[in-house]
Amino acid sequence: MALIELRGLTKIFQMGENQVHALAGVSLDIEKGEMLAIMGPSGSGKSTLMSIIGCLDVPTAGSYLLDGQAVEKLKDSQLAQVRNRKIGFVFQQFNLLSRTSALENVLLPLGYAGLGARASREKALKALEMVGLSERVKHHPAELSGGQQQRVAIARALVNEPAILIADEPTGALDSKTGEEVMGLFQRLHRDFGQTVIIVTHDPFVARHTHRIVRLADGRIVADTPNPNPIPAGTPRPELEM
Amino acid sequence: MLLTQNILTALRSLMANKLRSALTILGIVIGVAAVVALMAIGNGATSDITSQIQSAGTNLLSVQSGRMQRPQAGGAPPSFSPLTLKDYEALQAGLSNVAGIAPVYSSSATVVFQNDSYSVSVTGTSEDYLKVYSYEMEKGRFFTASDRQSVKQVAVLGATTAGELFPNTEAIGQSIKINDVRFTVIGVLKAKGSSGFSDPDDIVLIPLETGYLKLFGANAIRNGQKTLNTIAISAASADAVDSVKTQINFILRRQHKLAAEAENDFRVQSQSDMLETLSTVTTTLTTFLGAIAAISLLVGGIGIMNITLVSVSERTREIGLRKAVGARKDHILIQFLIETMTLSLLGGVLGILLGVGIAQTVSALGLINSLVTASSILLAFTFSLAIGLFFGIYPAWRAANLHPMEALRSE
Repeated sequence: MALIELRGLTKIFQMGENQVHALAGVSLDIEKGEMLAIMGPSGSGKSTLMSIIGCLDVPTAGSYLLDGQAVEKLKDSQLAQVRNRKIGFVFQQFNLLSRTSALENVLLPLGYAGLGARASREKALKALEMVGLSERVKHHPAELSGGQQQRVAIARALVNEPAILIADEPTGALDSKTGEEVMGLFQRLHRDFGQTVIIVTHDPFVARHTHRIVRLADGRIVADTPNPNPIPAGTPRPELEM
Repeated sequence: MLLTQNILTALRSLMANKLRSALTILGIVIGVAAVVALMAIGNGATSDITSQIQSAGTNLLSVQSGRMQRPQAGGAPPSFSPLTLKDYEALQAGLSNVAGIAPVYSSSATVVFQNDSYSVSVTGTSEDYLKVYSYEMEKGRFFTASDRQSVKQVAVLGATTAGELFPNTEAIGQSIKINDVRFTVIGVLKAKGSSGFSDPDDIVLIPLETGYLKLFGANAIRNGQKTLNTIAISAASADAVDSVKTQINFILRRQHKLAAEAENDFRVQSQSDMLETLSTVTTTLTTFLGAIAAISLLVGGIGIMNITLVSVSERTREIGLRKAVGARKDHILIQFLIETMTLSLLGGVLGILLGVGIAQTVSALGLINSLVTASSILLAFTFSLAIGLFFGIYPAWRAANLHPMEALRSE
């Protein structure tokens, strides 16, 4: 059984009098330990798909099995628990709490998990070490560079050892060099720890850092191709996009 | 751990907007301070008047003229039946088990000594006044029954009055003019001590008969009868108070020729009656003051709600993020409730300090006595906590019910 099994997912938004079919029947399997990209232009439904996979939203119709659990039937509080235990989010704008230190930002999900203070601290420090920020635990987001802030966000996403790491345009707010460092971090997490990583992006160059590229258009999957030779991190962006 | 984190988060977000937080809690501070200070003043007034009544003398009964009589059957106008000297004489003759009976007629007058004039209440009474109202002589003597019978123009001064008129000179033997009538000061009373509202030591006492003949004039005479404001009676013992009251009723009803079904046209109040009446009045007063203050607390609470709504909309992304990393609705709800309750508690504590400060300043300045009670502090504290909870619920509920995805996308 795959880690994620999506069957006939649809999502309809009511916009005034119009119904918008953000997803129009998406079926997709994602295996444990995969690193893939969900690609598509804006309006293709990739953000909606991401929010459903990430349990931030529920589908209008269709089924979603996460780790064998039927997620579309869960209540709000159960969804919150699934997000807490099984999913780690990384956002384009980092979304760090500005008045708290890097360590406290990473501690946040553990607080909601109800973990004790000492165990939480150990896990948070370990997560920060994994992203190479052991020297910066006391710093506040404003005192960190963009790349460092995104690494704090990745540490926060990893701290509960989630089944899936979901990154929404993780390099969108970074310059290309820092963006490559962040992509390198994802590749390392995938290679060394078998972390399942889903990267949602409109950028084909970012997508080609992964092993599988799923293309969305108008709420449907239009292509699902393996990418046997992902771009190694640190590769300069080609002058002309293909 | 989540609770301490929540409190920490609350304090951080309040500290991040210091001015805003300060202005928000100001409403609560003022409301709580008003509750504490006004209730302290209300309680102070109560205890003042109570001690004043108690210091007026033990076992005291006071008779006053009562209501207007109903219109007569023949269409005659309603008549007011005052207490008269005859009533006093009837009581004097008929009452047993009493330690003293003092007729009282008071009128305000101007007292002049040399070039100083002083406005004061002048009371015509009998020699029993001293005993009935528990006064003692500081110096000189009180007037006697024979002073009354021979209409002596003599006066006994209260301690405050004596101090005002004779700051440096010996009062006894001095000649003063009360409304241009010459009186000789023969005694000064020992001070009872002021108690806020009226000063029991600011009086001039003269023989009742002298008052009628020389001072009070036509106002004191009604239908050819010499009238009295009050007849004060001291029962021989606390146990005798009730029986004396019954006797008074009996004698005065007969004296006033009241029919069996007619209501009393006078009032007899014992000290405990007065305390009872008073405590109803002062409880009403204190409640009223407290209610006014509570309104300002309510306004403060609305201020908290307003600012928390602003804070929720400013922090929509933060709420979205917290939900994305696993916060349940109740986590968000509690987080914002803790913030509003921190605000209102902080305001409550500062308000209590301010209120106690105001109450003590007012007392220290001698304006009015105040009495801060533990119950008023507890009330203000609980109320401010409840305000924080009540006005926090709506904004917190809004925050808790934000859709995580929409919250994350908000700018």
